[in-house]
Amino acid sequence: MGDWMTVTDPGLSSESKTISQYTSETKMSPSSLYSQQVLCSSIPLSKNVHSFFSAFCTEDNIEQSISYLDQELTTFGFPSLYEESKGKETKRELNIVAVLNCMNELLVLQRKNLLAQENVETQNLKLGSDMDHLQSCYSKLKEQLETSRREMIGLQERDRQLQCKNRNLHQLLKNEKDEVQKLQNIIASRATQYNHDMKRKEREYNKLKERLHQLVMNKKDKKIAMDILNYVGRADGKRGSWRTGKTEARNEDEMYKILLNDYEYRQKQILMENAELKKVLQQMKKEMISLLSPQKKKPRERVDDSTGTVISDVEEDAGELSRESMWDLSCETVREQLTNSIRKQWRILKSHVEKLDNQVSKVHLEGFNDEDVISRQDHEQETEKLELEIQQCKEMIKTQQQLLQQQLATACDDDTTSLLRDCYLLEEKERLKEEWSLFKEQKKNFERERRSFTEAAIRLGLERKAFEEERASWLKQQFLNMTTFDHQNSENVKLFSAFSGSSDRDNLIVHSRQPQKKPYSVSNGSPVCMSKLTKSLPASPSTSDFCQTRSCISEHSSINVLNITAEEIKPNQVGGECTSQKWSVASRPGSQSFGKHL
Amino acid sequence: MNFSEVFKLSSLLCKFSPDGKYLASCVQYRLVVRDVNTLQILQLYTCLDQIQHIEWSADSLFILCAMYKRGLVQVWSLEQPEWHCKIDEGSAGLVASCWSPDGRHILNTTEFHLRITVWSLCTKSVSYIKYPKACLQGITFTRDGRYMALAERRDCKDYVSIFVCSDWQLLRHFDTDTQDLTGIEWAPNGCVLAVWDTCLEYKILLYSLDGRLLSAYSAYEWSLGIKSVAWSPSSQFLAVGSYDGKVRILNHVTWKMITEFGHPATINNPKIVVYKEAEKSPQLGLGCLSFPPHRAGAGPLPSSESKFSLQTLKPVTDRANPKIGIGMLAFSPDSYFLATRNDNIPNAVWVWDIQKLRLFAVLEQLSPVRAFQWDPQQPRLAICTGGSRLYLWSPAGCMSVQVPGEGDFAVLSLCWHLSGDSMALLSKDHFCLCFLETEAVVGTACRQLGGHT
Repeated sequence: MGDWMTVTDPGLSSESKTISQYTSETKMSPSSLYSQQVLCSSIPLSKNVHSFFSAFCTEDNIEQSISYLDQELTTFGFPSLYEESKGKETKRELNIVAVLNCMNELLVLQRKNLLAQENVETQNLKLGSDMDHLQSCYSKLKEQLETSRREMIGLQERDRQLQCKNRNLHQLLKNEKDEVQKLQNIIASRATQYNHDMKRKEREYNKLKERLHQLVMNKKDKKIAMDILNYVGRADGKRGSWRTGKTEARNEDEMYKILLNDYEYRQKQILMENAELKKVLQQMKKEMISLLSPQKKKPRERVDDSTGTVISDVEEDAGELSRESMWDLSCETVREQLTNSIRKQWRILKSHVEKLDNQVSKVHLEGFNDEDVISRQDHEQETEKLELEIQQCKEMIKTQQQLLQQQLATACDDDTTSLLRDCYLLEEKERLKEEWSLFKEQKKNFERERRSFTEAAIRLGLERKAFEEERASWLKQQFLNMTTFDHQNSENVKLFSAFSGSSDRDNLIVHSRQPQKKPYSVSNGSPVCMSKLTKSLPASPSTSDFCQTRSCISEHSSINVLNITAEEIKPNQVGGECTSQKWSVASRPGSQSFGKHL
Repeated sequence: MNFSEVFKLSSLLCKFSPDGKYLASCVQYRLVVRDVNTLQILQLYTCLDQIQHIEWSADSLFILCAMYKRGLVQVWSLEQPEWHCKIDEGSAGLVASCWSPDGRHILNTTEFHLRITVWSLCTKSVSYIKYPKACLQGITFTRDGRYMALAERRDCKDYVSIFVCSDWQLLRHFDTDTQDLTGIEWAPNGCVLAVWDTCLEYKILLYSLDGRLLSAYSAYEWSLGIKSVAWSPSSQFLAVGSYDGKVRILNHVTWKMITEFGHPATINNPKIVVYKEAEKSPQLGLGCLSFPPHRAGAGPLPSSESKFSLQTLKPVTDRANPKIGIGMLAFSPDSYFLATRNDNIPNAVWVWDIQKLRLFAVLEQLSPVRAFQWDPQQPRLAICTGGSRLYLWSPAGCMSVQVPGEGDFAVLSLCWHLSGDSMALLSKDHFCLCFLETEAVVGTACRQLGGHT
C-alpha cells in the first residue's frame, strides 16, 4: 500500500495543482481524494470520504461545489449537471436528472471499481502467496543445491580417496606381483641350483658307488654266495632255457602280443560303447525327426529366411540316415554326415525351442497387460479376500459349533425353539398339574380335617347340649329348690330359657345340615370374608353358630377354646385373598403415579 | 565274529600264503607256519638272526626270511622241511629282498643300491642288475608275473628298465622325463606303467609296455606334488593323491583327469553319512564275542547335522615329509569304492563312490587311522587305529569290534585272508585271527546295521 501511495504521489500533487486552479476556495481537492479512492479504496478511506463530503459542501458553498462537481464530472466525461442554458447570462439550472444519472453512474462505477479492486486484491493475495511459495521453493532448492553441492564435494573427495587407495592397491599388487615373480625366480634359481648341486652330489655319489662296487664286487668276496641244499625245479616244470636271439625275439613277440591283446580288448570295449552310443544317437535322431516333422510346415514358414535349406537337407538326411544306419559303419563320410545332420537338426531344434521360449516369454509379457490374465496384484487381493472370507467362515463355524455344543449339553436344539417352548409349557403344565394335585390333596386333607373338626364341634355341641340340659336341669332343680326369687332373677331365667331354646333349634340343624346352610349366610348378611369362609368351610353353620353363641355366652370357658380354633382357620384362608387384593390395589397407584410423573 | 587266541609275534611279520592255506609269522628268529583253519603249527623254522622281512613265494611253497642286518636271506620250503637255502650278500649288504613272480628267483638289493642280485633257486646262475634307483617303489611286477619294471638312475637321469621275468632279459630301457623318480607301478592289466616324480614336482607319466610315453599329467606347479598313487583293479582309473589334500582320478582312455576329490575338514553336504566314533566306557567280556557284534561301545554314529567338521592336525610345514596330503589310497576289489586318508585329518577315512564320482561316507575315529585294507572279495573295509578295536565299513553300514583278550590288544596292522572270511590283526608283540561270519550272516548283520544307523 505504501508503495502505491508513494508512486502516485507526484501525480496526485500535479492533479491537485491543476485542481487548485479551478477551485481556489477548496482547501483539499476532492478529485485527489477521488483518485485516492479509486486507487486504494478501503473501508476507512471511504469513511474519510464521507466525513470529508460532510465538510465539502456547506450551506454557503452549494453553488460552488455544484459547479466544481460539474467541472469535475465534465472533465471525466460525464454529462454536465446543469441544464443547457440558452443564454449565457442566465444562471444555469441544476439538472436533477443528470445529477441522479451521474450519481447512479458514479455509484455503478464505484461498485465496479470496488469489484475490480476486490479482484485485484485477491489476485494480489494470490500472487503474494504464489510469490511466497516460489520464494520458499527457491530457498528450498537453494538448500538442495547447497546440499547436493556439498555431497558432490564429499563424493569427489571419496572418489579421490578411493582412487588414491586404488592406486596404492595397484602399487601393492604390482609390488606383490614383483615379489611373486622374484620369489618364483628365486625358486627357479634355487631349483636349478638344487638340481645342479644334486647332480654334482649324485655324480660324486655315483663315483663313490662305482668305487665301492669295484671294491666290494671285484674282491671275490667268498661270503657272497648261496648255500642251497639242492636246486628245485621250475614252477612251470620246464627247464631253464638259454638266452639267445630267439628268446629275445620271442619275448618281443610276446610283449607285442600282450599289448595287442590289450588294445584289441579295449577296441572291442570301445566298439561296444560306440555301438551303444550309436543306438542312442539313432533313437534320438528318430525321435527328433518325429518331433520336428509335424511342425515342419510351421518352422519352414518361420525359419525360411535363415534355415530354409537346412530343413530340406534334414528331410533328405532322414532318408539317407535310415539307410545308413543299416550299414552300421563308422567310416569317415558316414560319420561326417551323421554329425552334420545331427548338428543341423540340433540347430533346428534349438531355434525351435528358442522360438518357443520367446513365445512363452512374450505370452508372459503380454499376460501382464492382458485383462483375461489376472495380474499379480489382483490375484493377491483376491487371495487375501478369500482368505478373509475363509477366516470369517471359520469363525462362523466355530461359533456355530460352540452353540451346538451348548445346546447339546442342554439336550436341546436351536431350530426347535418352539418345541422347547412347548417343552417348557408342558413342563410347566405338568408342574402345575402336580401342584394342582398337591393342592387338591391338601384341600382334601383340609376338608377332612374340617370335617373332623365339625364332627368334633358337633360332638362338643351335643355334649354341651347335654351339659346345658344337665345344667338346666340342675338350675331347674336349684330354681325349684329356691322357692323365693327376685324379678330380676326371673328375667334371667327367661333369657336362659330363650337361649336354651335356640340351642335346641341348633340341634335340629345339626341333624339336617345342608338345607339350613344358605338361609343362615343370607340372613347373617356377612361380609365377603365371611362368605368366603362359608365357601371354603362348608361346615360353617356350626361355627357361625359358635360365633353367635360366643357373642351370647362369652363367659363360658369351654366355648372360648372352640372359638379360638375357628378364628385361626379364618385368617389363614381369608388372609391370602385379602393380601392379593391389596397387592393389586397397591400396584395400581404406583403405575398411575409413574404415568403422571412421565 | 570270532577271534582266535593270541599268538606271539615280532616286527609285525605275519603273512597269509598266497593260496590262503597257511599263515607264516615270526617270533624273533623263528618262523612259524600254521594252518589257517586249525591254527596248528605245521612247521617251525629257525633262522640265524632276528627276522626282519618275510615273503611267501607266489606258489606258496617257499618263504624267504631276510635278516638285513647280517645281509642274509634264508629260504624255507614248506614241502621239504629239511630243505634249506641261505643267501649271503656279504659285505655288499642287503636292504631289500623279494621274490620274483615265478617263485624261483630272489632279488636282493644291496646296500647303497649298488645292484640287484637275482638269485635262482633252480640253477646256479646269478644275475646282476646295476644302477637300481633308491626310491620308494623302484621294483614292480606285472600282475601276471611276466614283466618287471625297475627304476634306474644313471648319470643323473632316471630310466626305467622292463625285464622279462622268465629269463631276466631286458625288454625295454627308456629314460623318463622326471626330475627325481619316486615310484613306478604297473596297471593291473600289465600294459601301462605309471611313473611319478618326486614330491617336489607334481608329475605323473604313463608308459606303455613297449616304452612309449602315453601321457603326462601335472595338476599344478611350485608346490609339493604326488604323495600316493593307486590303480583301480579294473585298470580304468588311476587315483593320484597329492600334498594339496586332493585325489585326482585319471581315466585310461585319454589319461586326463575325470574328477578331483577334495578332503576338506568340514563336510557340508547333509547327504553324506558321517560315522563318528563316540567314546564310551569299554565293555569287556564275552559279550564282544557273541553275535551280533557289539558296536555301540564305539558306535560310529551318523551325524544329522548339515555341517560336520572333522578333527584336523596342524602340520609342521618347515620339516621334511609334512603330515599333509593324501597318504593312503585304496580301491575296493570291485573298483566301486575308493578309500582315502588325508594325513592332516588323520582320524578320518573317506570312502568315495567311483561309479558316481562323489563322496559316499566319512568315518571319523577317535585316534589316527593306522591302516586300512579292503576285503579281497567284497566292498568291505577294515580299519585299525592302533587301539583295541577293529572297524569294518561296508555300504550297508559301519561297525566296530573290540578285540578280546587280557589287556589291550593294540591293532597296529591287519591283513585280510584271500577268502575274505578272516583276517590277521597284528599288534606289537602279538597277533590273532579274526573270523567273520559267512556271507549270509554278515549280510543280515550289515542290513541290521544299516537299519540302525
